[in-house]
Amino acid sequence: MIAASPSALRTGVIASLGLAILCVLSLFVGVSPLSPGRVLSDTEALQLLLVSRLPRTLAALLAGAGLAIAGLIMQTLSRNRFVEPATAGTAQSAELGILVVTLLLPGAALWAKTLVAGIAALAGTSVFLFTAHRLPPTQPFLVPLFGIVYGGVVGAAATFIAWQADLLQFLSIWTNGDFSGVLRGRYELLWITALMVAVAWFVADRLTIMALGREASIGLGIDYARMMRIGLVLVSLITALSVVVVGMIPFVGLAVPNIVSRLKGDNVRGTLGWVAAGGAGLVLACDIVGRLIRYPYEIPVGTVMGVVGAALFLWLLFRRGSHG
Amino acid sequence: MVDRRLLALGAAALAAAVAFLSIGLKGNIAFVLELRLLKLAALVQVGVAVAVSTVIFQTVTGNRILTPSIMGLDALYLFGQMAMIFLLGGVGYATLDPQVKFGAEILLLMALASALLLPMLKRRLDMGLMLLAGVVLGVLFRSLQSLLARLISPNDFAVAQVMSYANFNAVRTDLLAFAAILTFAGVVAAWRARHVLDVISLGPDTATGLGVNWMATVAGLLLLVSGLIAVSTALVGPMALFGLLVATLAERIVGTRRHGMLLPAAALTGIVTLVGGQTLFQHALGNATALGIVIEFVGGLVFLLLLIVGSRA
Repeated sequence: MIAASPSALRTGVIASLGLAILCVLSLFVGVSPLSPGRVLSDTEALQLLLVSRLPRTLAALLAGAGLAIAGLIMQTLSRNRFVEPATAGTAQSAELGILVVTLLLPGAALWAKTLVAGIAALAGTSVFLFTAHRLPPTQPFLVPLFGIVYGGVVGAAATFIAWQADLLQFLSIWTNGDFSGVLRGRYELLWITALMVAVAWFVADRLTIMALGREASIGLGIDYARMMRIGLVLVSLITALSVVVVGMIPFVGLAVPNIVSRLKGDNVRGTLGWVAAGGAGLVLACDIVGRLIRYPYEIPVGTVMGVVGAALFLWLLFRRGSHG
Repeated sequence: MVDRRLLALGAAALAAAVAFLSIGLKGNIAFVLELRLLKLAALVQVGVAVAVSTVIFQTVTGNRILTPSIMGLDALYLFGQMAMIFLLGGVGYATLDPQVKFGAEILLLMALASALLLPMLKRRLDMGLMLLAGVVLGVLFRSLQSLLARLISPNDFAVAQVMSYANFNAVRTDLLAFAAILTFAGVVAAWRARHVLDVISLGPDTATGLGVNWMATVAGLLLLVSGLIAVSTALVGPMALFGLLVATLAERIVGTRRHGMLLPAAALTGIVTLVGGQTLFQHALGNATALGIVIEFVGGLVFLLLLIVGSRA
């Protein structure tokens, strides 16, 4: 299927080079000075690299890749290009889940909280997809609009509970994506995201067919309901993991799959790697920008992505609009 | 028949106001009463300003589920304020004469809103696209605002933070007189435009055929809307879905889109919801700032229902 033409090979090499440069930058940009030379000679510098910089870089890569894939899957399932976990209630539901489990079982382990957040995200996303399928397909912009307001309603419920329980500050810290607290031992749950991406790779061809709609995919021998469940679990778990570990990072899942599909088409297996790499690169780049823009203070990646992502989204919207 | 509904709404608004003023009145009665009167005046203004501006905006854009706030106008206002703090510093911003500042902010919002919305209306974009673009613009402005918030010093941030939640307890009474004049002028203008609005609601082609200068009228009405939104945002903070809630309720109550009826009905519904809600939360539920969050929640549900029902029809 995927012909390794010379030009595809060249873009592949350029893309991996870009990602590698971003990783190196991420490792050596920070408040404590760290240079490649010192890492080799100075054990303290090596410690800093291994305990703080490397986990941070890995967390950004994992969360970015995962969220972009979650966006891709969600767009496939809802058959609408303008939805993603943070704008369709998935992230807000996960947030609500964390809040409730924090109130009821303050001592729960992180994995337990993640599980509850995942279940809440699953419920919230199911409601969204169920309703989205009932909106008329002739008006494609209603679905994302519905998603954003639906997310707002779930978010308002979370804010109300947080307000009553005096947890507003807690909520706002959980909500905003931020890698500054990532250290070795605090992010490892995110590796499950890599597992989810692998599962997505495994079911990629079936996802491509799902994008044709329910009747067509059943006609082609797909167990539609089962695939829907798999997709939902993938999206919910990835979102819940990233909300629990680093907070909400908006628009990654929206911008990246749209740009990739414009460049590479809609074959999920063919684009999956690009989407993952693109998401990882975008989040990493935004994190680096957040570290540099007001050096030595940091701007959370969620805030940077809010600006960059919304601008990208508008650009996509109007480019599409002007095409017809 | 319909007049009776308006009367009933007026009676409900009056009852809400009396309840707001009188429940739990103790201590230095003259002092408490003065404080409550000031707050009541602010709430009435906000209720009326939001309701009237939403109704006008819905007529101009020909869509029942649009509100100025959904299109990001109040986010734009907050962003403008934050940009001023960023440029002038918190102290510089705080030492500005509040009324000069307020006037400048309103003018800024009117200019920005026209620059943003008029091209969209002119190109007659697909309504869904326009809605979505407006919502995303709102997100963009909110993100820009929080980005700027991170770039300013903690002291400046304290000045800025107060503005970003709808707060019905810390109403800006210092702006009240000035805001009252603006709201009054806006409401009078809206009332005088009620027949033009009826014509506008027929759509651009019919309205032009009936002798309305479409672009000029619409531009004027949008300026009016952004002015009213600026007043309410300045007084209590952003409230994204309150206008939608009130306009929808009012239309259900009077059962007509005729503006001579709808405008006063919406204004009265706004007063009942805001003053009544505030009384309820203050005395029965013991915490008043949550009203903003509840309005957001209920307004969101109404919006979703309208979206599903409206797209079916």
